[in-house]
Amino acid sequence: MNRRNFLVLSTAASVAPLALWRSDAAAEGGSTRLVVILLRGAVDGLNVVVPYGEPAYYAARPTIAIPKPGAAEGAALALDEHFALHLALAGVMPLWQANQLAFVHAAGSPDPTRSHFDAQLFIENGTPGRRVTEDGWINRLVAALPGPHGPADALAIGPTLPFILKGKAAAANLPLGPAANRKLAIDRPEVAAAFDRVYAGDDPVGRAYRQGRAARTELTASMNPEQQMADGGAPPANDFPVQATRLAGLLSKDRRIRIAFAALGGWDTHVRQGGHTGQLANRLRPLGDGLAALAQGLGPDWADTVVVVLSEFGRTAHENGDAGTDHGHGNVIWVMGGPVRGGKVYGEWPGLAPAALYEGRDLAVTTDYRNVLAAVIARHMRLPDRALAEVFPGLPPARSEVDRIIA
Amino acid sequence: MLRRSLLSGAAAFLAIHALPRPAEAAAPTADRQILHVLDRLGFGPTPAEFGHVKAVGIERYIAEQLAPQAIAEPPELAARLAGLETLRLDPIELFVRYGPRLPGGGVKPSPEEIKARRQAARIIAREAAEARVLRALYSPRQLTEVMVDFWFNHFNVFALKGLDHLWIGAYEEAAIRPHALGHFRDLLRATARHPAMLFYLDNWENSAPGSRMPNGRAVGLNENYARELMELHTTGVDGGYTQEDVIALARILTGWGLARPRMPPPDRSGFYFDPTRHDDGGKHFLGRDIAANGMAEGEEALDSLAASPATSRHIARKLAQYFVADTPPPALVERLAARFRETAGDISAVLRTLFASREFHASVAAKYKTPYRFVLSSARAAGLPVHNPRPLLGTMARLGMPLYGCPTPDGYKNTEEAWLSPEATTLRVSFATALAAGRLPLDRVPAVTPAAAAGPGMPEANEAANGQAANGPPVEADKLAMLLAPALSPRARTTIDGAEPTLRGALLLGGPDFMRH
Repeated sequence: MNRRNFLVLSTAASVAPLALWRSDAAAEGGSTRLVVILLRGAVDGLNVVVPYGEPAYYAARPTIAIPKPGAAEGAALALDEHFALHLALAGVMPLWQANQLAFVHAAGSPDPTRSHFDAQLFIENGTPGRRVTEDGWINRLVAALPGPHGPADALAIGPTLPFILKGKAAAANLPLGPAANRKLAIDRPEVAAAFDRVYAGDDPVGRAYRQGRAARTELTASMNPEQQMADGGAPPANDFPVQATRLAGLLSKDRRIRIAFAALGGWDTHVRQGGHTGQLANRLRPLGDGLAALAQGLGPDWADTVVVVLSEFGRTAHENGDAGTDHGHGNVIWVMGGPVRGGKVYGEWPGLAPAALYEGRDLAVTTDYRNVLAAVIARHMRLPDRALAEVFPGLPPARSEVDRIIA
Repeated sequence: MLRRSLLSGAAAFLAIHALPRPAEAAAPTADRQILHVLDRLGFGPTPAEFGHVKAVGIERYIAEQLAPQAIAEPPELAARLAGLETLRLDPIELFVRYGPRLPGGGVKPSPEEIKARRQAARIIAREAAEARVLRALYSPRQLTEVMVDFWFNHFNVFALKGLDHLWIGAYEEAAIRPHALGHFRDLLRATARHPAMLFYLDNWENSAPGSRMPNGRAVGLNENYARELMELHTTGVDGGYTQEDVIALARILTGWGLARPRMPPPDRSGFYFDPTRHDDGGKHFLGRDIAANGMAEGEEALDSLAASPATSRHIARKLAQYFVADTPPPALVERLAARFRETAGDISAVLRTLFASREFHASVAAKYKTPYRFVLSSARAAGLPVHNPRPLLGTMARLGMPLYGCPTPDGYKNTEEAWLSPEATTLRVSFATALAAGRLPLDRVPAVTPAAAAGPGMPEANEAANGQAANGPPVEADKLAMLLAPALSPRARTTIDGAEPTLRGALLLGGPDFMRH
């Protein structure tokens, strides 16, 4: 019996020792989870969800366009009469077919910047155009979720805590690489006791230390022993699928983690990005396979998980002189999971005609990325409107079909 | 042999007595200020350098650091660096010896040959990293080493992008290090022409539309370097440029590329301006017309970017953030920017103003150490001889800051916001415990295994934070305590006084006071 089933059965039977577990998110009736994947570097969304029905797409990209569905070689996988998926993402097609994967095209930030670093900050702080916001929107979301809160309600995969999780609420970070489960000196009780004393101060470093100790205690207990065994070998050639599998194991085992975050780099394809094969394809394949592995690894928990994949901005509609693409504007956002009304490309498609392009060069933004996230948070994390305004302050309401992207 | 502060007498662990109290110390305030200066102008105190500053005074020390040629380098360090052969090779030689074999004579290299060459080339990044760490640990020209870190991040390139694995060390040696305390305009020229930067930000292929590379491949305009040159290297994102300026600058820089190994190049730098790929049309850049003038257009654009008031403010702000506070005092930034403009970007002059400022002297412990600085400062304070830097490099990587491993052109941040995290704190504490107990294999040079050769800063030395096996003598905790005592909080003093003797070194290097500088 896995822990989840055990929890459900035992709670139903009101077994006394489980009082301890009642602090679990599951026991509070808020068992839904959110996974956010940020593709840092601006992925070329027009080659991810390809507008194959639009001749302007092929005119703008003579050497890097993805062939139409039905083409002899490298054909994109048809999603509908207008859009098709890069074939390197075949791994997620079963989720599309099961109506558990949706896309929102021509989505992005209302801020016009083409700076990676400003744009990523705005995605993370949730306040486009405003740099000085002191916390990330995931942190504000955690704080707005009904308590009680633990040290790892929000978890970032990686060695540092990204801005999106920074703020007043506790948040943890954990690298899931080959060394994730190695024993540390801090695991020795006498070492821990001595450092606990020296870090007792109420300053940022002391607070981080105590959060780290608590999170480590919780998360190492949640690591599957079989995963720990599998870590002994060499680092995997391409680690997102492996990390996604590990993340799925951790999420299944530790129901207190409500939100997980991971960032993947390598999307800034200014030169020779390739078409159905090549540089971008080689990055997309492990992304798609990893997301499929996450869905599979979550098993029954996939039913109450939503995964959002987004990037700071899109890339130019036209390929540049070096068979790559430069910094652009609108992009595609992925929304997947059991509760998603999938099998559909959402959003108002502005087209790629010269007059429709943003500043004459980029896919326009017709859906604010915050409205996609707000729809997910409101419906899936069941956050009331008032709390939503704390997560995305000043977000203008947008009535669109995206509001119904979660069942 | 490089043993700066060889353990005196036997390696027996000396039980330490209660730490010196401020009241017992001769001049506590002055001692704290000495630590502050060693922590900011360098990578933290060693007993020898603390003694030196105490003897000559803070002002004299700052003046010495700003004129590093007059500071003698230890011969042991020179001997160690002399053993790193790839450090002395120019970009063309590096390409010829270690780069991909060109398909010539109709014979294509086999996959095994390609793999073997890639493998052999790993020595370059390994030697570059070793040189960087040894200098940071043992060079008395500490400010130069600090500025190498600062400027490398400012003009970041990534060792794992394509051919840059060949040029990462040469880039630091030729484009960064000679100008670390020199003139900003020289840094700009050197980085703009270096093969590592040309490759990293794709300018080597940036060409007038309709151009062809020598091998016949069609190429055209590429905005990548032009944008980052303004956003990151010079004016900053708020510098007032537009998308049209980005395109104009990209056109100005067309043809700035790489020398071809089979053509006799004008020099050994690896830079080559290809006039056939240059866009000869007129350009309008930052409000003025730039007449068609080949490569000189690029120099003109670099001149105007270096002289831009926005650039002076951008660099001043970054320096003040690095040396004073994450949110630097605006008045200080303005003074530094003015000094930058008055001196046409004389870095030493700007730093002299910075180090003389009230804001600098008042900013004791205001900064949270980056992983790079934390690891280096703990190894320096510990005084253990480092013959094998890999446990240190592995720890930087595990903390999220692999040397030469920042993929994005903005380089690593140096703020608390970027690096303070729950996980980082437990890892730092564990590293400090292993280091202090002598459990890191710093003293022996291990055989190069395939795993250890995996690349720059790859976490090949994860035993660093684990430290199961004893490898050498533990740190001399009483000596360490003497050195660091002026920076300890009362809580830390009490805790360390009361701790098990075997944990005192760990608490000094892993405690909260040592996380700041």
